[in-house]
Amino acid sequence: MMTLRAEHVEVGDELPARTVTVARGDLVRYAGASEDFNPVHWNPRVAHEAGLPDVIAHGMLTMAIAARTVTDWAGDPAAVVDYRTRFSRPVVVPDDAQGASVEVRGRVVARLDDDLVRIDLVVTSGGTKVLSDARVTVRLAS
Amino acid sequence: MALNPSSVGKSYPSSRPYPVESETIRRFAEAVGDPAAVYTDPQAAEALGHPSVPAPPTFPFIVVARAMGEVFRYDDIGFDPTYLIHGDQRFEYARPVRVGDRLVTTLEITGAKNLRGRDVLTLRADVADAGGEHVVTLHMTFVSLSAVEGGGHDDAPR
Repeated sequence: MMTLRAEHVEVGDELPARTVTVARGDLVRYAGASEDFNPVHWNPRVAHEAGLPDVIAHGMLTMAIAARTVTDWAGDPAAVVDYRTRFSRPVVVPDDAQGASVEVRGRVVARLDDDLVRIDLVVTSGGTKVLSDARVTVRLAS
Repeated sequence: MALNPSSVGKSYPSSRPYPVESETIRRFAEAVGDPAAVYTDPQAAEALGHPSVPAPPTFPFIVVARAMGEVFRYDDIGFDPTYLIHGDQRFEYARPVRVGDRLVTTLEITGAKNLRGRDVLTLRADVADAGGEHVVTLHMTFVSLSAVEGGGHDDAPR
């Protein structure tokens, strides 16, 4: 990892876009790692009973996938000083070989002080925005 | 069972310390699909100035979720936490969580209301290290699925 320096960042800069596939197995793995065994993430019957079209990804998995776009760009996880989002729509994960696709884009929207910038993330799945108001404040190396 | 509005403003005793181990961080980074060396390699972490291997930014949530499981009783919040879905989430970091931390979480219920037939619970969690230094604060909203007919309590895995 190379740490990004503040002098190399301008408002309007686009972060490298990423597309990540999320399949049922990924949900099982995240459930184990996070100890989040909510059945809406693995049991289609419970998902249907809850009014969902199918099993959905953990919101925190989507938030983690989106975070990597910023930490890869900044070069250091410690650069992230504030990270927030709303989980506006679920990432529905079908039981097939492809799973769901999550696209992450990010842009520098403001410089808060010399080293501090705000990134807005746009995170979609199947053309639908799954995270809303996803914002990251990043402290860059001076 | 309905949400218990008298729980608003309630603070909970601090959790037992959560010991952060390298294997836990490695497994978490793998589960979120992040292969960055800084999450597994002490030398890569040191090169970035970290005293030990740091965790990815959303890792503190699992520390807080563990604390929630420990301190919440069903009657406190009026529904089964197994059937919560996440509405929103914010992290305010003093520093990353890192290997060797023994993290103590203090939870507060900041809101409990019913919106369009669904129970909505907002929480704040302050996470500190063994020395009492602030590491990260989480603000989060959960929405109950149990307000949905047949929300599935029979399936509760616990």
